[in-house]
Amino acid sequence: MSAVWPHLPALQVVVPLLGAVLAAFARSGRTAFVIALLVSWLMPVFAVAILRQTLTAGAISYHLGGWEPPWGIEYRVDVLNAYVIALVSIVGAAIMPFARRSIAFEIEGWREPWFYCMYLLCLTGLLGIAITGDAFNAFVFLEISSLSTYVLIALGANRRALLAAFQYLIVGTIGATFYVIGIGLVYLVTGTLNVVDMAARLGQAWLSQPQTVIAALAFITVGVSLKLALFPLHSWLPNAYAYAPSWVTAFLAATATKVAIYLLVRFYFSVFGAAIEIGALPIADIIVVLSLAAMFIASAIATFESDLKRMLAYSSVAQIGYITLGIGLANQAGLTGGLVHIVNHALMKAALFLSVGAILYRGGGVRLEQLAGVGRKMPLTMAAFTIAGLGLIGVPGTSGFISKWYLAVGAIDGGSWFLVLLILGSSLISIVYVGRVLEIAWLREPAPEIAQAGDPPLSMLLPTLALAAATIYFGFDTELTVGIAGEAAKSLLGGLR
Amino acid sequence: MNALTSPESLIVLAVLVPLTGALLIPLFRARPNLREAVTLIAAVVLFLVVLKLLNTELGGARPEVKLIEVAPGLDLAFRVEPLGMLFALVASSLWIVNSVYSIGYMRGNNEPRQTGFYICFAVALASTIGLAFAKNLFTLFLFYEALTLSTYPLVAHRRDADALRGGRIYLLLLLGTSLLLFLPAIIATWFLAGTLDFTPGGILAGKAGAPMIGFLLALYIFGIGKAAVMPLHFWLPAAMVAPTPVSALLHAVAVVKAGVFTILKVATLIFGIETLSELGQSTWLTAVAGATIVVASVVALRQDNLKRRLAYSTVSQLSYVILGVAILAPISVVGAAMHLAAHAFSKITLFFAAGSIYTAAHLSEVSRLDGIGRRMPWTMTAFAIGALGMIGLPPTAGFFGKWFMLTGAMETANWLAVGVMAISTLLNAGYFLPIVYRAFFCEPPAIGHSHDGNPRETQGEAPWPIVAALTVTATASVALFIFPEIAFTLSKMMIGR
Repeated sequence: MSAVWPHLPALQVVVPLLGAVLAAFARSGRTAFVIALLVSWLMPVFAVAILRQTLTAGAISYHLGGWEPPWGIEYRVDVLNAYVIALVSIVGAAIMPFARRSIAFEIEGWREPWFYCMYLLCLTGLLGIAITGDAFNAFVFLEISSLSTYVLIALGANRRALLAAFQYLIVGTIGATFYVIGIGLVYLVTGTLNVVDMAARLGQAWLSQPQTVIAALAFITVGVSLKLALFPLHSWLPNAYAYAPSWVTAFLAATATKVAIYLLVRFYFSVFGAAIEIGALPIADIIVVLSLAAMFIASAIATFESDLKRMLAYSSVAQIGYITLGIGLANQAGLTGGLVHIVNHALMKAALFLSVGAILYRGGGVRLEQLAGVGRKMPLTMAAFTIAGLGLIGVPGTSGFISKWYLAVGAIDGGSWFLVLLILGSSLISIVYVGRVLEIAWLREPAPEIAQAGDPPLSMLLPTLALAAATIYFGFDTELTVGIAGEAAKSLLGGLR
Repeated sequence: MNALTSPESLIVLAVLVPLTGALLIPLFRARPNLREAVTLIAAVVLFLVVLKLLNTELGGARPEVKLIEVAPGLDLAFRVEPLGMLFALVASSLWIVNSVYSIGYMRGNNEPRQTGFYICFAVALASTIGLAFAKNLFTLFLFYEALTLSTYPLVAHRRDADALRGGRIYLLLLLGTSLLLFLPAIIATWFLAGTLDFTPGGILAGKAGAPMIGFLLALYIFGIGKAAVMPLHFWLPAAMVAPTPVSALLHAVAVVKAGVFTILKVATLIFGIETLSELGQSTWLTAVAGATIVVASVVALRQDNLKRRLAYSTVSQLSYVILGVAILAPISVVGAAMHLAAHAFSKITLFFAAGSIYTAAHLSEVSRLDGIGRRMPWTMTAFAIGALGMIGLPPTAGFFGKWFMLTGAMETANWLAVGVMAISTLLNAGYFLPIVYRAFFCEPPAIGHSHDGNPRETQGEAPWPIVAALTVTATASVALFIFPEIAFTLSKMMIGR
């Protein structure tokens, strides 16, 4: 074991990549599922080990192939990476058992092995982005995760999934291009692709060529913001989430946008923030304004959506607004709130989309009127949905309350009481869209097509309930989530110039 | 065994007993007798637990228990204080009576979905007890929201358009005010004082000037929507679509009392009566409470629907508690606490009577109650006693509260408050005594047919559980006049005398 241990960072990427190859050769969906399940369950073991190491011994630097940075590719893991890696791999492990039945139900049999192959590639890409310390390497992983995501979305049963995937392909390609142009500009003025090295040299470049540095920052911000669906660059997200297979939506909502947010945080604080006085640029204000727009406009759109998956998708855009608001606030409490909401929102959104998947599996529909009485037929599934929905609102006793508490405190620390009212006011809109679903699902008479339905099998029910339970658990015991997020926020802010 | 009966674990037990009941009730959904037995047993056990705690409390101990620290300064913690003890005592004793009544009412009216009804009821009681024993504002807020959420399905119990509409108003107004006004007030308090613990003398003394304190107090008074201060009162009449047992225990006792209880706690233990009085917060608060008392009474005068009339009467009576605070004399605060208890017994009697009339005679309009007292002497005698309590006449407990408040108002020369009390007493008499007069001294209508033309029973009282319940509560409100010691002692302990 001791021979493996130093190579943990590499294993994060190598294991799912090998798994993807194996899954591609699998003959049946069942075999591919077992491979994907084993890989998914192995990853949290690595992730937790890495997280513990960064918490106790500080950042890990791993030189891929033994090449010294900045010439070789460095995998650099500090508390922030480890936090995101732990989130992605734990969510993957938690929801994987759900996939077997749900995917077999929603996808044609011969495509199943390919589905698991694509999922493992996507996992490789996401973990790769989070672990690498090389800006171009991050681009490669970004493309791996994006390309596999297009396929995953296109696998949706509805033919519109193809259009949604194509739409995302166009937007995603633009995003990736913007990102790589930004990296190119930075490379032009610093001559390095290693992010630590970049941060060290960018200050010099700022003095000689400030326009280039600003252009690079703008390109990278816009490119990454497309991937994380920052309002108004979110247009790909509702269709992609609505037409992808339910399980894929749950996975993407919990992980893909979150990893993109990580990338933004990394560049914003550790690269540009460490090299130049980023507070002097208007970028923080722009992020705050766009976040507020997301919180209000996307929430308002969600209240008018009659398709549950689209409604939750718009809710995701709004909730991403809370996270980016924390980034824009850029103080200890605010950034902690934003970072902790990455995990809190991931867990509750995964629970919500899994519940939707369970309803579909039991023959229900996703249009609101088709949900009538689902609560009485599938009480445990809807209980999970209800808990996670209350988390979206930010009711005390759920993890959503914790996120909003820290954001509100961060707003006050930033001197803006008005922002507190806006944060809480936008929660009010979420009462409307969550409340609408709850009223229909619990208080209406069951629709005939789900008259025979019941809660789904345990392999689907348990992951859903576990995520909902986590929403409550992290509403009380915040040592793990807020503890690590606070630690990460401290080191990010400490690195600012 | 010792560990189980220590005061600390008794507090936790008091919250867990109704919750356990809620978990057990669905197991017996096919066997209504056992199901109701669970509710009754839970109610009795809860009452015994509270009684045991009362012993400790009267002995001068203030048991407390801290479960977890959610964030710095945000603890989930309980502490039994005299006022909370009084509230818990009232709520838990009335839950027993109300459960008996519910059984009679729900069966007598063949109500559907009784299992869900009893589950929500038990959760609501657990929330009430948690709120009563909260050690700090955070814990109180947690249970405050839980109480709103658990009573929402009860309001919408009938599931028709009216009930759903009433439920929506209920949920939006209560959650909305708590998120937009109450929570910002809590955040601001935390920010100013660094703690949220209920502390004798308050935690805000010297922390802020008069304008800030006044603004904060206004946020609390209007943000605690459950106290139904005008113009944020209209959820209460809307909630009257609920079955009568819900209106009786929740919208005359648990929910609305939770509102004024919170205001009492905030005024005495967050602000401190001295601080408020030094900063001259009495006048506007008296005006707000006085206006609600008088206007709601005038509106009540014009309601023909008996339950709506009772609802407006509740709005008016709730503001008495706020008036008791507004007078800012220790004796008037004692009066407010006494009123909180006394009004509970009288108002539940009135609601029980309204439900009894509805069950036996299917009447809900005041104008059609001619001669009903001859047919239902028990019900209408109890109603008369309840009405006396509302007016504040001996031999009912309603007398003490008003007496102390009046004394306090005289002491502090708050003539506005004195005037309000005089006018409202007349108005109370004006809208309750005619009902009593009609019931006993007018001839019953000759036609024994309801409006749909079917003959119906014109004889007899409601089922015995209903009659028994309302007799018990009417007796209790007289008994509380004759033996006021416990309520009086607890009220005095609250202000430290």
